[in-house]
Amino acid sequence: MKAITRAALGVAAFALSCTAAFGQKDTADAIARYRQLLQDGNPAELVAARGEALWKEKRGPKNASLEQCDLGLGAGVVKGAYAQMPRYFADADQVMDFEGRVVHCMVTLQGFDYATVTKSPYSGTGQRQTEIEALAAYGVELSRGVPVNIPQSHPKEQASYDRGKQLFYMRAGPYDFSCATCHGVTGQRIRLQDLPNIAANKEDAQRAFTTWPAYRVSQGTLRSMQWRLNDCFRQQRWPEPVFASPATVDLITFLGVNANGAKMDSPSIKR
Amino acid sequence: MKNKIALGGLSAVAVLLISCAVYTAPTREETLQVVKSSFKERGIAKLDRLNQSDLQVACSEASVTGKDLPQEARTRLERQALATVKYPADGQYLGDFKQGERIAQTGVGMQWSDSDKTVAGGNCYACHEISPQEIAYGNIGPSLKGYRKLRGASPAVMTYTWGKLWNSHAYNACSQMPRYGDANILTNAQLKDLMALLLDPDSPVNK
Repeated sequence: MKAITRAALGVAAFALSCTAAFGQKDTADAIARYRQLLQDGNPAELVAARGEALWKEKRGPKNASLEQCDLGLGAGVVKGAYAQMPRYFADADQVMDFEGRVVHCMVTLQGFDYATVTKSPYSGTGQRQTEIEALAAYGVELSRGVPVNIPQSHPKEQASYDRGKQLFYMRAGPYDFSCATCHGVTGQRIRLQDLPNIAANKEDAQRAFTTWPAYRVSQGTLRSMQWRLNDCFRQQRWPEPVFASPATVDLITFLGVNANGAKMDSPSIKR
Repeated sequence: MKNKIALGGLSAVAVLLISCAVYTAPTREETLQVVKSSFKERGIAKLDRLNQSDLQVACSEASVTGKDLPQEARTRLERQALATVKYPADGQYLGDFKQGERIAQTGVGMQWSDSDKTVAGGNCYACHEISPQEIAYGNIGPSLKGYRKLRGASPAVMTYTWGKLWNSHAYNACSQMPRYGDANILTNAQLKDLMALLLDPDSPVNK
């Protein structure tokens, strides 16, 4: 009898000690279910549709559409292009990411002014999407299911990756933060938010690269990769990265190459 | 004539050599140039934030190469960090643990979305488990639950904890924790409140 009581107590103690662990797992499962439910009827579809209209409409001082824009796979080819950017473009003699390249085409093909187009590249919470965001949603939608294949054949593409890696580990600012402070170790969280290990965990890097741009439910708007970096640097206590600047392209190259092989699955939907 | 051909041949070889030059990775200085040209000041976040301290350079370098800091550098940086610590002049280390809890919960301060009037928090829960009733804690730093129960509250523990909050690098050269005192993130009064959260026997941390 005594033995049975003791055994029961042991089981109870074991159960208690495990509650915390189960609690965490339940939370993760619940969040995964929540994400799955959100996936049906992602408002990003509407954003992508607007992006498609913007792509095909004749606009700007030159009254041209973007349909002749070369995203790296030849003029006018959008399908699969997002999954292979950043890449080197000979006509600009630099490595460009999708967002920067689209702006390049708005300037060269449609005649828009670069400074005006890039003045406000991100929408406010619950506000109408910016043109760049809509075009990014359209572009990435046409890469859904396409394997990430960020090229590394041109020396400038290799240099972009290497600078991206150095910047990833660069500690600076009043808080001494680098990207690696949050994204350099597997299994880390800020509060309850899981943090992908972008540098050394292929699956984490792949999940991160393939799910941006994303519709952010909490902000009621679609967020692009450039926005994602921008908001990281705000919390890093750094100054603001210039939209589509070389350093941002380098970081996206670093992340993208680390994610090579995974299938794009965006626009996704996030918390 | 012969000379001309030889010259032509030579220059062709030279062109080939240059275009086929072995790729050399950008140096740290080259990367820094690109980085500095890629940022702009916004609000209180000025460009001088990109000027790295010796410690930031050393720890970035160790991180990107995946090598630990040499022992000599580690000792020197820790000693320099320890020398920055200003202990409370009145010898009082413990403030109000309830205020400390608020400071630990708050994450604002020094971002371009803040102003120079924003009262910064410590955002301690982003990385640490602290009071048992708060379950939304991160795991980048170690758990601080039961801080006093585990360590006691001797003068050595008091000065160590104050020093760790003031300049974390004093005890771990490349610690990821912000320098809450040294970088003027928190005031002396706020630091004392955080000290109380960890070390006051009545704090929920020690229940």
